[in-house]
Amino acid sequence: MDLENQRRVKEFAEQVGPENLVVIIGAGEAGASALAAETVTAGDPTYAGPLTGVSLGLKVYHVCEDEMKAEFDEAIYEDQVSMMEMVIDLDEIVEQMESIRSQFTKY
Amino acid sequence: MKSVVKGTSYVLVHAPDMLLRNGTTQTTERIVNPDSDYLKKLPEHIRSYDDALSYLPNQAYIGNLDPVALREHEQPWFDKKYDKADRFGSFGEIMPQEEFYFMIQAADEFELVRLEKGFVEEYKEKFFANPVLTDLIKDRIHDGIEKEALEKLLEDDAEGLYIGDRLVGAVKKAHDVDVALTSHVLLENLASKASNILSLLHLIKSAGLDPDEVDYVIDCSEEACGDMNQRGGGNFAKAAAELAGFTNATGSDTRGFCAAPVHAISIAASLVAAGAYKNVIVAAGGSTAKLGMNGKDHVKKDMPVVEDVMGGFAVWIGADDGKNPYIDLEHLGRHTVGTGSSPQAVITSLVSDPLERAGLKITDIDIYSPEMQNPDCTKPAGAGDVPVSNLKMIAALAVKQGDLERAGINEFVENRGVPGFAPTQGHIPSGIPMIGHSRQALLDGDVKRVMIVGKGSLFLGRLTNLFDGVSFMLLPNEGIEEKSAVSGDELRKIVAESLRGFAQSLLSEEEDEQ
Repeated sequence: MDLENQRRVKEFAEQVGPENLVVIIGAGEAGASALAAETVTAGDPTYAGPLTGVSLGLKVYHVCEDEMKAEFDEAIYEDQVSMMEMVIDLDEIVEQMESIRSQFTKY
Repeated sequence: MKSVVKGTSYVLVHAPDMLLRNGTTQTTERIVNPDSDYLKKLPEHIRSYDDALSYLPNQAYIGNLDPVALREHEQPWFDKKYDKADRFGSFGEIMPQEEFYFMIQAADEFELVRLEKGFVEEYKEKFFANPVLTDLIKDRIHDGIEKEALEKLLEDDAEGLYIGDRLVGAVKKAHDVDVALTSHVLLENLASKASNILSLLHLIKSAGLDPDEVDYVIDCSEEACGDMNQRGGGNFAKAAAELAGFTNATGSDTRGFCAAPVHAISIAASLVAAGAYKNVIVAAGGSTAKLGMNGKDHVKKDMPVVEDVMGGFAVWIGADDGKNPYIDLEHLGRHTVGTGSSPQAVITSLVSDPLERAGLKITDIDIYSPEMQNPDCTKPAGAGDVPVSNLKMIAALAVKQGDLERAGINEFVENRGVPGFAPTQGHIPSGIPMIGHSRQALLDGDVKRVMIVGKGSLFLGRLTNLFDGVSFMLLPNEGIEEKSAVSGDELRKIVAESLRGFAQSLLSEEEDEQ
């Protein structure tokens, strides 16, 4: 995950409290989604950014997961996200995201 | 007037020691975590020149292999060899690191680069044997300096040039305090300039370009040259043009992250179409910073670090010759400030909007060339297969627009794109690598329409959160349109005959009245 984004997530968690923060991931690959999810829960696995050794345990979802989809205005989802749903391997992404949440999410 | 693509060149430089010492993933790691396992294991994952040479995607890049044929070889490709591999291809070459150090020395105008005497003696003849080299380049090579003198330069903050552990050269800093003129920045810029020059020399040879006929050069790499008062002052273009022997040319730089080459080509084509210049060259050298960018993932996956080559290219845009494919300037695609960042909005702006304006559908394009990153580099790093993802997005948009069945997405990806074969050097993979192959396919009549798409991550520079992208269509040339059927002389003759006839009729009327 981009070092600047790590810094921003860390700051947001300090500002609003980790229990009040949800990270939404929009990556197209299961691997990249899992890496970002791991970074904001267990800490930066690449040991490069501000979240190295910082386990925020945040709630984290991919934008195409049902839990997130339910939060959207249907027309906006259709206009902005639906095309990508056809492109990505959603089952694999959901599997990886659930695995990260069950291991590292504290809230 | 139409602007046509008259030729292309593509070069690679194998740079394993620059990867180890100058790639930013490695330089950062040495600062942050100098005793890391990654830095210890990395040298075991470095490829030899022969391995980089016989690597399938590299052979496709320099024109020795049709990228479509990459499908016949199961991925990953790093454990396979192309049996017809050659250093030189129809578009360019894969230059070994030793010879590239000579190119860097030749590119230096300020006595900043010094090579070691023994190294020069050992490799000079090999370097000079390259058929694209001109006397202008060869005459610039110095005899070199003693090893001790070289070591002394390193004590004064010079950046070393190495072959393995052997110090063979150095790039000096150009100022004591100016951060824009450190030895690290100068090496980065000279390497970009040198690989740009190499691309231009190949264009002269492979496309039959007369250096005297070049009017303008646009460099579209991702480096910045200048000093602390104008850090991005620029003009890599004119600097490279000088050593390519383009005596009658001037030039300028176009920047836009990975999208810059497609911006540069639309600008070049517009200059030609407007009649401002007849021959404009768009060119770029490679990036030392991006060498081994995903090295950590490659080492972790126990594979060779395949980002061990710098890329370069040159595209010759000329006035209509009635033969070469042309750039459709009437239907350019562009991601605007107001487009938004969702993939759906991006693909609509770059692909379906220009097609709609041209009265075409997504399925009317035969070949799409979006970002052409080699999947061997990106997949192990969790970034997936970039060209396939882009093709899938285009196909998905066609589905949404009712022009393709959802079940047809995979077939669309298979038939209307090619596997990625470009090194992950930012501006190098972005659409441009397919221009050479596509130009040939259009000339041969194998395809009718090609779309080149470039995208850029502007947010990396922290000036805007925006993303960017531009696209153009490459179309077959159906010959120069006939100009007005009546020439000036003929027109004068017609007017004269009419007047004579009119005078005659007046005369007749007068005679009748009498």
